Amino acid sequence: MNHAFDIRGESHIEVHKFRAGAIIVATLLALVIQSSFPIHFAKAAVLDLPLLVTIYFGLSRRNPSTGLLLGMFIGLLQDSLSGPTVPLGLYGIAKTIIGYLASSIGARLDTEHPAARFALTFAFFIVHQGLIVLTRRILLAQPEPWFNMHLIVAALVNGLVAVFLFLLLDRLRKN
Amino acid sequence: MVAIPSRHKSLVLLAGVVLLQVLMLAVQIKRQSEGRLIRVWTVGAVSPFERAGSSGFGWFRDAWRKYFALQNTTRENEQIRRENDSLKLQIAQLQGKAAEADRLALLLKFRQAHAEVPMIAARVIGVSAGTASLTIQLDRGEHDGIRKNMGVITPDGVVGKVVEAYSNASLVLLLSDKESGVGALLADSRIQSPVGGQGEPLLVMKYVPNDDSVNLGERVITSGMDRIFPRDLPVGTVAEIKPGNPFKQIRIKPAANLERLEEVFVLLSLRPLEMKNEGNSADAQAPAPGAATPPPAVRR
Repeated sequence: MNHAFDIRGESHIEVHKFRAGAIIVATLLALVIQSSFPIHFAKAAVLDLPLLVTIYFGLSRRNPSTGLLLGMFIGLLQDSLSGPTVPLGLYGIAKTIIGYLASSIGARLDTEHPAARFALTFAFFIVHQGLIVLTRRILLAQPEPWFNMHLIVAALVNGLVAVFLFLLLDRLRKN
Repeated sequence: MVAIPSRHKSLVLLAGVVLLQVLMLAVQIKRQSEGRLIRVWTVGAVSPFERAGSSGFGWFRDAWRKYFALQNTTRENEQIRRENDSLKLQIAQLQGKAAEADRLALLLKFRQAHAEVPMIAARVIGVSAGTASLTIQLDRGEHDGIRKNMGVITPDGVVGKVVEAYSNASLVLLLSDKESGVGALLADSRIQSPVGGQGEPLLVMKYVPNDDSVNLGERVITSGMDRIFPRDLPVGTVAEIKPGNPFKQIRIKPAANLERLEEVFVLLSLRPLEMKNEGNSADAQAPAPGAATPPPAVRR
């Protein structure tokens, strides 16, 4: 059991700590895989690994400030790697808010159960896409549809992948 | 000074960080700036890992396709196959290399057929890190003579254009991206109209009036009017025609397989290519009507 505990209200929610460099390595790996994997497996483009990493560390670290800053960092890196048609800040804003929400929810609920992780990732994916569409429509004046079936399928796939990915990332925690 | 309650500090930080990024977006829109410095640093830092990742996944894919995926189809030979596992794995790797050699031979043949046209072969080492844009990253950059707005093709047809050239890598906006476009014309009827992407596999031909006759399967080639691609490069074939208001809704199947790109050519100039393997080359090389007029606004 980790020595670091955070008592909020009457519940005891464990704040997980990670091995040195784990967050940086996981983030870099997620970005590299995100940009390399779909070359060979086109359908893998439906995954948003940087988002999954943002959600995982947000839920685990349970510190809203850290979560939103990590989300911003990952989002801006993703913006940078997406080419000049994606302005810096598009993914940045969305992932900042997701990082904040994930850490805030992680600080109030126990999010270790696979079903909870699946449901949260599904919901966060929808919110993330909603934020991107909102940014595009309001700030960039680019018409984007709010909803399509592809979004639901992508959210389900990401939720499913998150269950297994999070189990893998759990191994990076300090005992 | 008003003290912020600690429970609100993260909310204030969130508001500040989001506001900062909104301002950054506003600055980029106002000044047409693209945050080039940040992108150069990021791509410079990540591209070596992308190269390694691309090679690793390529090896894994070849091994999977040629070896593991066949296991279900040959269950009855389980015992024999087990004995030959290591041998098959070696064969799979060799087949992967042979397939790569075939692709490279095709590229070489194409290159030799157009030896007078300055172009450079490049390998795809990455794709866009999100679904908001359709881009690929090449392993060649400014050091190899690649510059912004150069055309990118395969022997099959047009792929896209270079939107960023870094020192040892470059970023290509695919033709299927919503922001992408190419000056094109229908090879038979010689009707000119820009072709653009919609973020989907099929492209769209935008401004063909309902009165004009277009046939399914008709070839679409570059018009050269965008001053990026030379004339007569294959863009695709007409896959769907619907009447619209005021223009037809024409969807084009790209000639190049934009979802499976591994090696491409970057055109280092606009010198015209003669597409020798195109069946209807006489049509394809006939002068485009209105070629002397200034190019229409085909690039968005």
